[in-house]
Amino acid sequence: MASGFNTVFNPHRQALNLLEQRLGLISGNLANASTPGYKARDLDFTQAMQAVEKDAQGASSAKGHLPLRGAGAGHVMYRTPLQPSLDGNTVDAQTEKAAFAEAAVRYESTLSLLSRRISGLRAVLKGD
Amino acid sequence: MGLDKIFGAAGTALAAQTVRLNTVASNLANVDTVASAPEAAYRPRVPVFQSVLRSTEGGVDGVRVADVRQSEVLPTPRYAPAHPLANEDGYIFESGVNVIEEMANMTDASRSYQTNIELVSTAKRLLLATLRLGQ
Repeated sequence: MASGFNTVFNPHRQALNLLEQRLGLISGNLANASTPGYKARDLDFTQAMQAVEKDAQGASSAKGHLPLRGAGAGHVMYRTPLQPSLDGNTVDAQTEKAAFAEAAVRYESTLSLLSRRISGLRAVLKGD
Repeated sequence: MGLDKIFGAAGTALAAQTVRLNTVASNLANVDTVASAPEAAYRPRVPVFQSVLRSTEGGVDGVRVADVRQSEVLPTPRYAPAHPLANEDGYIFESGVNVIEEMANMTDASRSYQTNIELVSTAKRLLLATLRLGQ
């Protein structure tokens, strides 16, 4: 039964983890929007999610199998700046804000999906 | 990494931008300050930002003001023999504050401040939504 719950919750949990990581990276970029020499970074969400899913399929029966901390660490990349700047800073505020908004909306939609899953399961458990 | 770490990082950015706004205020307040010697004249203050790298250890990159330096801009000498502060050659030295540069700095700092406030409120909304999960 526990593994059944895992298959229901795990994909969402992993997505939330990666999105959280992405939101953190983008926040760091925006905090350093005026720091000379700062190089903006972002997470390739699609690739990171695929990698995590592959890991999960490979070891789905193992106990405590998912290394969730820094799951997307290998997929963090430097952003290609739209325009060069004299101080070496590659943070483009517009791009970062758009990326942040996108990640926030994805996070919220994952949360609402998860919420529906939970209420679905609850309805099944109650049986009425 | 957690959403709560965004608060800390955005907080450092808010503090740094506040320092920047303060230096702009000092510079603009002293735009008309004069002195009798170039060494005594007001030099514009410039904050030096430095990133605090935390993302490699699971945190969020913050920013800090490493130093507030004096600008290299030389004071402008002006011939005003009637001025009470004029030296023996009749010159006074004005601060080298560039008002346009300061205004641009001010706008950038205030935009940055707003952005970081928005980051905090979005992170707060997401965290609260996570707390309400399943209710």
